[in-house]
Amino acid sequence: MSAFRFSAILSVALALGLLAAGCGSAVAVRAASLKPEKERKSAPDFTLKDADGKVVHLSDYRGKVVILDFWATWCGPCRIEIPWFMDLQRKNRDRGFEVLGVAMDDEGWEVVKPFLADLGVNYRVMIGDDLTAQMYGGVDALPTTFLIDKTGKIAAVHVGLASRKDFEDGVEQLLQAPGAVASAGAGDVVVSLSAK
Amino acid sequence: MLPLALVTLWSLSAQSSGHLKVGEPTKVAAARGATVGAKIPVTVDPGFHVNSNHPADDYLIPLKLTWTSLGALEGGEVTYPAPKLEKYEFADKPLSVFSGAFSLTVSFKVAANAPPGPGVAVGKLRYQACNSNTCFPPKTADVNVTYQVQ
Repeated sequence: MSAFRFSAILSVALALGLLAAGCGSAVAVRAASLKPEKERKSAPDFTLKDADGKVVHLSDYRGKVVILDFWATWCGPCRIEIPWFMDLQRKNRDRGFEVLGVAMDDEGWEVVKPFLADLGVNYRVMIGDDLTAQMYGGVDALPTTFLIDKTGKIAAVHVGLASRKDFEDGVEQLLQAPGAVASAGAGDVVVSLSAK
Repeated sequence: MLPLALVTLWSLSAQSSGHLKVGEPTKVAAARGATVGAKIPVTVDPGFHVNSNHPADDYLIPLKLTWTSLGALEGGEVTYPAPKLEKYEFADKPLSVFSGAFSLTVSFKVAANAPPGPGVAVGKLRYQACNSNTCFPPKTADVNVTYQVQ
């Protein structure tokens, strides 16, 4: 029996050819679980603090593909996915990609910081709050992970443990979409992220 | 001769708090100064489990019943059932869990000077539920055991 709740439907269409110059020889990937662009809604902006006390807004990442992962230290399925996200961060951060973790532990940094240190998490993690959770539909079930495209819209939502390939293919397709940039800055695609 | 004290225990009502329900404990009668036991039935929704009182890993949140008020009762020691060892995709080794229907057994001692009349022992059952691929935040269910000292 499949354990995947929403994301098992993801499939990959293989290479269609080489991409245009500037994108190297990457293989085009099509992730079936991504919503068509016209159906995507803006990811609500939020203001949270990371482990260093620095303020993080989702809108800081406009122009990048973002994995936004709601998780908790007591959540076994979350612990499976986090190393996948670390790998994705390592491989793709220079391509205009970032992972953002939102920890939903009631105990906050007291339990989250040791976990991050033990695992060597290489992406920004914030402590979530009720407001942020509500903006994203409540996020009662963990993990809940949003794939956000370069225009700041939610391209896919995975509730529960997904497959590594789902995330890899989804990120790759979003990175290959027109308008991809290496990092936010002048000339990047800029969109407004509206909080609901 | 000291009057015989009888204690009757029962729940005020079943308590439900997300994927776990606390049912009505068994009714118990005992003499003042005696030890009395009560069973507290618990049901976990089909397809879900909660960590046992001794989870397989430190990071997992155990099922735990604690008493905030015992009234004229003393003790309140909780005996948990034998857990199930179940393997899930998200864990390398089998997890120690409770699922389906099970009971907690509680042992009280009626205080030697317990006054006749009704009372309530108030407890909190903390748990954290998951299904095969998703986990839910820890929650607390009320456990209210009423008694009658006769």
